[in-house]
Amino acid sequence: MIKLKNLHKSYKMGSSSLHVLKGINLNIEDGELVAIMGSSGSGKSTLLNILGMLDTADKGDYILDSFKIENLNETKAAKYRNKFLGFIFQSFNLINYKTALENVSLPLYYQGISRKERQQIAVDYLERVGLKEWATHLPSELSGGQKQRVAIARAMASKPKVLLADEPTGALDTKTSCDVMDLIQKINEEGKTILVVTHELEIAKMCKRIVKLKDGVIVEDSKVKQVKASSYV
Amino acid sequence: MFNRDRWTEIFETIGKNKLRTFLSGFTVSLGIFIFIILFGLGNGLKNTFQEFFLDDASNAIFLYPGKTSKPYKGFKANRRIEFRNDDLRDIKENFSFYLEHLTPRITRNALTRYKNQSNNYSTRGVAPGHQFVEKTILMKGRYINQSDISRKTKVAVIGRMVAKDLFKSEEAIGKYINLGSSAFKVVGIFQDEGGDNEERNIYIPFTTRQLIEKSNDKVDQIILTYRKELGYLGAMGLENGLKKYFKEKKSVSPEDPNGFYIRNIADDLRETQQFAVVLQLIVSFVGLGTLIAGIIGISNIMVFVVKERTKELGIRKALGATPNSVIKMVLQESVFITIISGYLGLIFGVLVLENIGVKLDKYFIKNPFIEISTALIATVVLIVFGAIAGYIPAKRASSIKPIIALRDE
Repeated sequence: MIKLKNLHKSYKMGSSSLHVLKGINLNIEDGELVAIMGSSGSGKSTLLNILGMLDTADKGDYILDSFKIENLNETKAAKYRNKFLGFIFQSFNLINYKTALENVSLPLYYQGISRKERQQIAVDYLERVGLKEWATHLPSELSGGQKQRVAIARAMASKPKVLLADEPTGALDTKTSCDVMDLIQKINEEGKTILVVTHELEIAKMCKRIVKLKDGVIVEDSKVKQVKASSYV
Repeated sequence: MFNRDRWTEIFETIGKNKLRTFLSGFTVSLGIFIFIILFGLGNGLKNTFQEFFLDDASNAIFLYPGKTSKPYKGFKANRRIEFRNDDLRDIKENFSFYLEHLTPRITRNALTRYKNQSNNYSTRGVAPGHQFVEKTILMKGRYINQSDISRKTKVAVIGRMVAKDLFKSEEAIGKYINLGSSAFKVVGIFQDEGGDNEERNIYIPFTTRQLIEKSNDKVDQIILTYRKELGYLGAMGLENGLKKYFKEKKSVSPEDPNGFYIRNIADDLRETQQFAVVLQLIVSFVGLGTLIAGIIGISNIMVFVVKERTKELGIRKALGATPNSVIKMVLQESVFITIISGYLGLIFGVLVLENIGVKLDKYFIKNPFIEISTALIATVVLIVFGAIAGYIPAKRASSIKPIIALRDE
């Protein structure tokens, strides 16, 4: 599903430049649930941004679903993001003046789906994350776990090929974290490819494969025995 | 542009961000409102100003007799110059190219009586052309006509105030009033923009006046109007021509400034018009200043609005909004708000102006108004600049990478 070949990225900091990614090679198959670990500054967020086409690599190939991602202008990147990728952020990033339902249907709006259909799909996904009754509530009326579940529903709504989660449990307590991970595992079991960036080992263990980054290179890449989040509850 | 879905999205955004909408809308409304009020008041000032000079026709020339101050051609100084009927005829013959209307004016005061009501009014012996020279507005009946002049009939056209004083609510037309020792038939009632005093005059045929005064042929003043299309230069030419002609005819020394006088309204008007131009400049300057202030106001609001929405726009971009759709959304929203609120400011401003009317008369502001085209142009200018002011920050926001926009503060 995802192929990275010799990926480099550096940031200019005034006169010096900071080499963040120093040749990343990674293959992720369809249906995998991969945790990307590393301490802060290891380059994991940069990697995720490149995967999410929110940023571009300086060198190397990025192949997504046998599509080579290159020469992206903003418009193209926006279209690819909309079509291929779903994002889950640490701080949820819901639009605060829109209800849960409107937030979930927003990516569908950018796909040009009609209003009625959009709402139908959004209700379906809210039901799947168990928040159908909360559809008309604003984000400010939801708890952290609920907000993240709305964000997951939103990421799923556009039927992306890959879900990218950036510290999805970073702002949540342990119990809610488990709920959210449980949801992510369930989505993965339905066949969706998911990448989770985290620095918590416990969260990483709930994935099927752990990739460890340090100073811009992959230092460890191993399949692990998945811990079911539901067993914690 | 007419994507119904996008409009729905915009209306939702507007409806859910009332403060923001109010702020940007209010700026525009206020800008247009103040512009219209100031511009209107300026125009009101101009109205008052012009009214002082509206009493007489703007293309009139007055000839007054005087006394010579220099001896000339064997005549002594201090000789009284008089105008006579043949002077009228000569003007008609020699200056027909310039002439529009020509009339003498013989002013006398006379005790005027109707039944047991009486008062002193000034009567003016005039020709039919006087109506146009003085801009007399007939309310009822008719003015002095040519057959009155040739038949020397005893008819009078009385002012509105005269009719009010003497006749109260009685019908005046067809009744006889006593002017001095003769009875005159009232054939018309007039009003005049010059005010009440002008409406206390009585007009009679100048030939009748001459008949009463022992059949002489003297006239006090000669008033004429020239063809407007001759313009200022034509007026000056006519004035000089008249001066030269009458100095010759009346044997007045070319160096003598007295003898007789010519008052050219065009000359007066030129000065007033220069003042009016200055007024107009001030009004325009104030209007322009208000508009610029309005534009700066909207620009500020737009920068603020886009800044506030940076994160939201980042989220939208992460979810697949193209830079173009982001710009369009921001712009369409701002243009929509500017149009609606600009229109509201326009209507409100015009309504206030309409209501002022003559209430500010004592501050020399009369009937303030604004040409609807000026108001519309101002509104359009504000909308266009509002759009430009919105476009720049929107463009910048749309090119910010979503990761930067989404970074946690």
